[in-house]
Amino acid sequence: MMVSSSALTSLCVKLNQPFGGDTLSWIFTLLIYIFFAISIFYGQRIQLYVWLREVEGSLYKLKRIRDEGKKIAIETIRDIGKPVDDPTERVDRFLEYFTIQPVSMDPARVVWKLEHILDVRDNRFKDEVRLMAPAADETQVNNLENTLEAALALNMIYKIIRHYYLLGKKTLSLYVIMQLQMIMPMVMREAEAYASALKAFAYGQPIGDGAGALVAAKLMRGYQKRKIAKDVVVATVPIEGRTAYVLKAEGPGGNVAKPGEAIKQLIEENDGEVASIIIIDAALKLEGEKTGEVAEGIGVAIGGPGVEQYKVEESLLQYKVPVNAIVIKEDIADAVSPMRKEVFEAAENAINRIKRLIKERTKEGDTVIIAGIGNTIGIGQ
Amino acid sequence: MEMSSQVKISTAFLVVIFLTLILSFVAIYLSISTVIFEGEYTEALWWLLIGFMGLSIATYMLYQTRRRIRISIRPQPVMTMLICEKCGFKNLREFKRGDYVFKETDEKCPKCNENMYIAAIYREVKEKV
Repeated sequence: MMVSSSALTSLCVKLNQPFGGDTLSWIFTLLIYIFFAISIFYGQRIQLYVWLREVEGSLYKLKRIRDEGKKIAIETIRDIGKPVDDPTERVDRFLEYFTIQPVSMDPARVVWKLEHILDVRDNRFKDEVRLMAPAADETQVNNLENTLEAALALNMIYKIIRHYYLLGKKTLSLYVIMQLQMIMPMVMREAEAYASALKAFAYGQPIGDGAGALVAAKLMRGYQKRKIAKDVVVATVPIEGRTAYVLKAEGPGGNVAKPGEAIKQLIEENDGEVASIIIIDAALKLEGEKTGEVAEGIGVAIGGPGVEQYKVEESLLQYKVPVNAIVIKEDIADAVSPMRKEVFEAAENAINRIKRLIKERTKEGDTVIIAGIGNTIGIGQ
Repeated sequence: MEMSSQVKISTAFLVVIFLTLILSFVAIYLSISTVIFEGEYTEALWWLLIGFMGLSIATYMLYQTRRRIRISIRPQPVMTMLICEKCGFKNLREFKRGDYVFKETDEKCPKCNENMYIAAIYREVKEKV
């Protein structure tokens, strides 16, 4: 016991010898100088590596989300479409599809060129889905197309972020990496929203974006419907002594259709004798606003690339028809996720607003057009 | 659906962590020995400070390497509300594939035995305060 204690003492003395009181202060001073020198010359570089590591973590997450999205899409195709061959290769090819926008140097007729490109894209996607899932009916084809489009969006987000990450790593450009690190929280939010959208599309559940379509569906329920434009149904509904043409995309398959074309046709059918047009759509809320809040305004509330909005605006200008908009507010994640209860309940509030608008802005016997905009997945009529 | 996966860590990084850990333990040991054998409290305090700083940095770095990235694509609980048009009876159940709003179902109303229709499909979210 005595031997071991003296050995311990001698070891401690040996360890302490080079680090006496003065030596220790000297080491501390040196460390502080080294720290300052490193901060001055390499501070930015260290920050850059910290950011790169953060982006790398998010990129890894994005990759997992993308892979999981692809897996869900393939499983859904197998479940619903009963393909003979393995659809993986076809899905991989689908995820790499791109669309080139028309040139806008000479803007004349660019809207129609864009519409044509979008039509071709839509048809091509549907054909691909039919080949992947031969047993799917028309509703399921629409839902599968939406599922694959969400998977495609996830793939695109991952590839773009990976591109800038690798570019930043290669060039060690502070500005590329800094911008990437700054937008990452928003990108991740969007990616997570698409991931939950995938599930909703795969199961055919109504999504938040379908708030407008839901309002129209509630109004037209029990009335005779007819097709008017591509995938759009319209019903003539008496509301407050007025004749209302209520229209929406044909459900319950995932579809946004061409509501602009339908409104244009209805205005022309009535020779421009339309007292008012009321458009209902989901709109992105600002942080702090409540989900399901209903707001009124003026203008053509049709989102997307702008083709449908353009068509309606042209007709409005030609016939001088007043246009009102009612929006149901929600955030981007709610817009593509299964519809929240608040949004569902907001539909009743929106209907009350429509009735009030009709009473206040039109006379008995007038004709009005009510258009419910949005993806009608999971919503019949 | 929840997936978790571990972050890949380089060997050099692990070596650095373990070196920091060893040096931290040495510093703590020196602190104790300085008090016991030399009675130098100020010096011991410095060693203790260095030891704990090193220990906390190494532990944090080690924790970061063990941290698993969790990704969740959870199927959110979605409810389907069925209503009997005749008596207004409401039935709330979990969403089933094939359900859609305003679908006339084969499910019978327990009160009047009429077919019910789907009046609503939604998910409830508890807001974080």
